[in-house]
Amino acid sequence: MSLFGKLSINAIPFHEPILVGTFAVVVLAGLLIAGLVTKYQKWGVIWHDWVTSVDHKRLGVMYIILALIMLIRGFSDAIMMRTQLAMATNGAAGYLPPEHYDQIFTAHGVIMIIFMAMPFMIGLMNIILPLQIGARDVAFPFLNNLSFWLTAGGAILINISLFVGEFAKTGWVAYPPLSELTYSPGVGADYYIWALQISGLGTLLTGVNFLVTVFKMRAPGMSLMKMPIFTWTCTWANILIAASFPILTAVLAMLTLDRYLGFHFFTNDAGGNAMMYINLFWAWGHPEVYILILPAFGIFSEVVSTFTGKRLFGYKSMVYASGAISVLGFIVWLHHFFTMGSSANVNAFFGVMTMVIAVPTGVKLFNWLFTIYRGRLRISVPILWALGFMVTFTIGGMTGVLLAIPGADYVLHNSLFLIAHFHNTIIGGAVFGYLAGFAFWFPKAMGFKLHEGWGKSAFWCWLIGFIFAFVPLYVLGFLGMTRRLNHTNNPDWNIWLYIACGGAFIIMFGIISQIIQLYVSFKNREALADTTGDPWNGHTLEWSTASPPQYYNFAKIPQVRDIDTWTDFKEQGKAYQPQLAYNPIHMPKNTSAGVLISMSLTAFCFAMIWHIWWLAAFGFISAITVFIKRCYTSDVDYYVQPEEIVEIEHAHIHSATNNQEAKA
Amino acid sequence: MSSLTANANSAEFDSNELNALVHEHHDTGGNTVFGFWLYLMTDCLLFASFFATYAVLYMNTAGGVSGKDIFELGFVGVETAALLLSSITFGFAMISAHAQKKAYTLAWLMVTFALGAIFIGMEVYEFHHLIEHGNGPQQSAFLTSFFSLVGLHGLHVTAGLVWMTVMMIEVMRRGLTSQTTTRLSCLSLFWHFLDVVWICVFTVVYLMGAM
Repeated sequence: MSLFGKLSINAIPFHEPILVGTFAVVVLAGLLIAGLVTKYQKWGVIWHDWVTSVDHKRLGVMYIILALIMLIRGFSDAIMMRTQLAMATNGAAGYLPPEHYDQIFTAHGVIMIIFMAMPFMIGLMNIILPLQIGARDVAFPFLNNLSFWLTAGGAILINISLFVGEFAKTGWVAYPPLSELTYSPGVGADYYIWALQISGLGTLLTGVNFLVTVFKMRAPGMSLMKMPIFTWTCTWANILIAASFPILTAVLAMLTLDRYLGFHFFTNDAGGNAMMYINLFWAWGHPEVYILILPAFGIFSEVVSTFTGKRLFGYKSMVYASGAISVLGFIVWLHHFFTMGSSANVNAFFGVMTMVIAVPTGVKLFNWLFTIYRGRLRISVPILWALGFMVTFTIGGMTGVLLAIPGADYVLHNSLFLIAHFHNTIIGGAVFGYLAGFAFWFPKAMGFKLHEGWGKSAFWCWLIGFIFAFVPLYVLGFLGMTRRLNHTNNPDWNIWLYIACGGAFIIMFGIISQIIQLYVSFKNREALADTTGDPWNGHTLEWSTASPPQYYNFAKIPQVRDIDTWTDFKEQGKAYQPQLAYNPIHMPKNTSAGVLISMSLTAFCFAMIWHIWWLAAFGFISAITVFIKRCYTSDVDYYVQPEEIVEIEHAHIHSATNNQEAKA
Repeated sequence: MSSLTANANSAEFDSNELNALVHEHHDTGGNTVFGFWLYLMTDCLLFASFFATYAVLYMNTAGGVSGKDIFELGFVGVETAALLLSSITFGFAMISAHAQKKAYTLAWLMVTFALGAIFIGMEVYEFHHLIEHGNGPQQSAFLTSFFSLVGLHGLHVTAGLVWMTVMMIEVMRRGLTSQTTTRLSCLSLFWHFLDVVWICVFTVVYLMGAM
């Protein structure tokens, strides 16, 4: 065995012009960014204020930056697949050979779920949740930093796979026996395993961290049933994370043992059972989709009630409906493989449970509609996403109920109808929700609002593009087209494939609008500045802080007596009141331990993928050593002194009240 | 009028502020133990997944040995006794720690460590014995799931032993500070949890397998 294990110069795909081109672009962009950072002497800022930060708001921003970068990567995969399928009709080969195409659809799925949607959701939760419950940080700030870097480590691995070796060709679910060594001898499946394993660990730690935060660190007076609805839906999502991610860890570990040590969990021979993988995978995978969607529901609730200027209709039913969805989410996993051949009664049970989920979801939809009813709807970008979502998600929900009928599923299983359905719920549900939250909370996190015009343009491109890209897939599903095809030879399908490709390009214009929107907003940040901290006349505590919030969040922990605490404060005249005296605030210090541990573990994973055993041992031991060293560092906290607090608080109150007078 | 309300409010805020401050400074240990307990629940689900897999695969012996052929209840009984006993001794260590008796705490931790090491030593012997006789995890799905489930528990116990070593050094060097006691409480939860899991392993794998 050589020093670099299986890694050699042949692992670099020089023969793939697309990859070489992409690599050149990535290197140039990287050099450009590095050059700019050096020119403006920002390396210190990046390291001290961001990379090593334990501030939940900054970690949230970094999560969202990661999500947006991975959105572009995942979308590039998507548009490549759509153009390939539009070109490869009537027996033509298209421009993507099957072994490359298979990697693209696998990477697209993994990236969009694990490295786009999850970081986006966790990023928004990081920024907002502690502010909503009146806490100064999460329960374990260092762990929060570690979680972020573990997720980033997974993302790094999956991007390395683009240029060193290959990625899995198995589809994002990596079903054995296809993902076993016999049928996937390359490193692709190993990249898949380790990227998911390391980021999954990060997500699990985040789930535990935020559960402790919510249960132990709420402001006085905030009983569970007075928590803002976004906090509630995130809490359900975190319960689901804690309850489902260990199953992913387990099933990936089993696949690892099969691939590395010749075990027989899922092999064809020696009594292995591939269906066990599929069961365990979806016992995680189905709750996972509710982990994605529940916080989005919370965002829509906040947006709808804020932009109608009303209290949310049916707060309690919203909380219980989220709970019902969380519980039901755990007893429907088998609907992903009705065709496995379980008995009719088993299929019927899972089919009925799946349909039952439509009930609490319907409750939520009616709650939003009743909130809007007789409200004064202010049309702005966040509410547009919410309104668009109500239409698209209803369609996605109904096709889901259709798929829940086992008999119908036997016809539609693995067809493009299914692809259309889950994109309908994940894009038209979760992603629209995150983009609503992005526009809604952007001024809170960054201190200036996003440009309205480009935001509206982005919304309409996404909505129209989405309809054009995915409605044809429903039709194609009915016409019998299965998923993961590389090329087709059926003239009846062509027109729909062309329309879907056009739809993807319309979505591309949406994404371009968003990039322009960020650029334009940043350029006009003075004009778009949010000086009040409360740009939308919000209801909950995050709007009581400055924009961006004071790094300690709250100079005094607020006393809560209403769900819409900030509205209550404003009505009582308790908003923007300076305090006579401030106490010192206990704060955690930044630390490089998180990034060191996760980069060590990333090196460990990379070494495991390529069988570089010495590096694996080194990475693992280094991670443990840094962790133990961190445990015995006593210089981990400090106190913010009252003088500094007074200065910051007065500046905020001054700016906010001045601005209000100017408005009046 | 308005000043009166303001006064009343500020009085209300003051008492709450005091509570908040007290809360902030003294409850971080509580948060840690609660957080660790939540982590243990996720760990429990990790074991549950391996138990479920064992339950599905244990009859798939692929013509090789079954549990009846390889389990020696007497041997595993001694192993089990060592681990169960170590839970009691850890309990004594915790009592000593709460009573601020450093020497006793260390002594009981050492006894616990020794019992844990006996357990791991016997498990390694059992695995080695099986592999030597051609009954390694690569032979059948039954052996795969057996080695994985028992091995997963063994890895946890090994991690517990490493942690315990670190904690013994910490107690020796720093004494029983509140942070050290919090960490010992977490390790104690971990250790007892592994005991409970072992009871399930012993029952489901060994007893039901050998009967």
